[in-house]
Amino acid sequence: MQITRFPSRAEGLADRMAGFMAHLRMNGLSVGVRETGDALAALSEVEACDILEAREALSVLLTGDADSWRKFDELFDAYWFNAGKQRQGVANSTHVKVQSARPLMWQEHFEDASAGQEDSAGEDALTPDTGDGEAEGQDGRLMATKTDNLTRRDLRELMDEDSLREAEAAATRLARAMRDRRSRRSKQALRGRELDMRRIQRASLARGGEPLELHRKARPPRPLQIVALCDVSGSMTVYSRVFLAFLKGLVNSDTRTDAYLFHTRLMRVTDAMRDHDTLRAAGRLSLMAEGFGGGTDIAGSLETFLNSYGAKALNGRTVVIILSDGYCTSDATVLGDQLARLKKRSRRVVWLNPLKGWQDYAPVAAAIRAAEPHLDAHLPANTLQALAALEQEFAKL
Amino acid sequence: MGVSEVQSALAEEGYVAGGRLSMALHLANTLGRPLLLEGPAGVGKTEVAKAMAAIHDTKLIRLQCYEGLDASHAIYEWNYQRQLLAIRASEAQGGTSEAALFSEDYLLKRPLLEAIRQDQPPVLLIDEIDRADEEFEAYLLEILSDFQITIPEMGTITAASRPMVILTANGTRELSDALRRRCLYAYVDYPDRETELAILRARMPAVEGLLARQIVGVVQALRREELEKSPGIAEMLDWAAALSGLGVNDIAQSPEAVQSTLVCLLKTAADYDAAPREVMDRLIGKVA
Repeated sequence: MQITRFPSRAEGLADRMAGFMAHLRMNGLSVGVRETGDALAALSEVEACDILEAREALSVLLTGDADSWRKFDELFDAYWFNAGKQRQGVANSTHVKVQSARPLMWQEHFEDASAGQEDSAGEDALTPDTGDGEAEGQDGRLMATKTDNLTRRDLRELMDEDSLREAEAAATRLARAMRDRRSRRSKQALRGRELDMRRIQRASLARGGEPLELHRKARPPRPLQIVALCDVSGSMTVYSRVFLAFLKGLVNSDTRTDAYLFHTRLMRVTDAMRDHDTLRAAGRLSLMAEGFGGGTDIAGSLETFLNSYGAKALNGRTVVIILSDGYCTSDATVLGDQLARLKKRSRRVVWLNPLKGWQDYAPVAAAIRAAEPHLDAHLPANTLQALAALEQEFAKL
Repeated sequence: MGVSEVQSALAEEGYVAGGRLSMALHLANTLGRPLLLEGPAGVGKTEVAKAMAAIHDTKLIRLQCYEGLDASHAIYEWNYQRQLLAIRASEAQGGTSEAALFSEDYLLKRPLLEAIRQDQPPVLLIDEIDRADEEFEAYLLEILSDFQITIPEMGTITAASRPMVILTANGTRELSDALRRRCLYAYVDYPDRETELAILRARMPAVEGLLARQIVGVVQALRREELEKSPGIAEMLDWAAALSGLGVNDIAQSPEAVQSTLVCLLKTAADYDAAPREVMDRLIGKVA
């Protein structure tokens, strides 16, 4: 294993540690200047030359949740042992910062891609996404002359910036309509509107009948939470741009929405979607959405979701939205079982199917037929109008 | 005290800790930072705090969080009844002063205040912090950064000694970034087979080798099944205690005892359906 060669002007450990922090930040950990100092302090408390011990100490100090806890070892090795560089096949750079500028997050997804794809995907991350959303071989701007019937067009043909924005707006409206729920019960609240007479009386017993403490109550908001699972496999590539915009709209409308992408495996993209740096977010997402595009394993992805994220993401107030065309390689009965599990642990399960809006569409694919009994709604999502109309459908749920 | 010393000291207390967890505890000690432990239920997050208190031979102060937990239950409260009584009693002697009423005699110390008033630094366990409201989390942040509490009637109370703070969470709610950044972090997962065997041996030396291996094997296999509530270490220990209490030496020989003691492992009706007799026999067949 090759050890990172640092520039000769790097001033010892502190400088290298700063480079490591930049590398972690690039990969989504929230570490700052304070953590750099803490890390150096922590290293002085342990055997810093013992790699295992140093790695353990830094992981304890710098990670903040289970996700970063699991990927820390890889990040550590990538920085201190050049593993990231070697795998991506980039020319050695003498500058520490350059090394950290390359997102290492998705490298596991590139391992099974061919070398050519790997390179182009890597470039994608660095060239800023212009956001005009042209899919390969399709010229989105052609549509601009036919604006009047644009909204009825199938989403496959909608690749221009405006319609992406519209899809995002539709999602935001949708999420807002669902969020606006208040409980009927009232609960104790510090700055509530009404006085909580029952509690005041109970507390006054201990004070000789004098109501010293005024308890208040309010009706707490009980928003529905959204979990969106979006299929980005080969058959969905033509829709993926618009659906990603839709997903982004859902995620950005409030803090509780969770978004996942899946093809043959599943990954959580909420953080990437919420990235305030839009260019970087677009780069991350297009990488994930385009870097592959093979088969689909809906059942397997759902299983991964339920096993690793389910406990946290699902509760009695969660609406699960699955965006997929239902063409998959997995066993239909397994899919049915997984959906039944999903249904049990969430409030509603809604399947948005771009094929459903087609004329003469019948759910003949085995997967969809197995899935339908477990769905609360199976709705079309092939035009922007259909997406916008979802708001009314969701109001009913 | 180095990392390995922490690990061996924990082992003496009957707690088998992995390398990372020991490192986390060591750093929490030396850097004086709170430690946030996350992980599924029943992997021994709370037990760590108890073991740490035992190692340092100090008090364990526990604050169990719940929805609606407020300052008066977590920090301090005035003892109004006693104050009223004191007023009534002193009326005959010509009254009492306000300063006397708001003195330490009438202060009910709740866990957080108690923790910073100890002479010897205690272990403060804030259990299931994710159950408490976000407002309380903000309050806690303030205390964890300064280790001082302001009581309007008395003034500011600063810590006599810095407690070692351990927070646990199991994902009821997302914790705020501010809290996560202030804490050291360790994720405690289900142990692997060898570690779990070591735990069982440390906790119940009376359980014999064959039975111990079988118990751990079955529990590990059960965790791979799709259960709503995977059995944790606590459940495994309960089950081991139940089996050895029934005088079982080889679970392959006594399937009735296994079936009747499953109450220790499976905690929902759905899990019972997911693990019928045939499944259990298959699991036992594999490990036996």
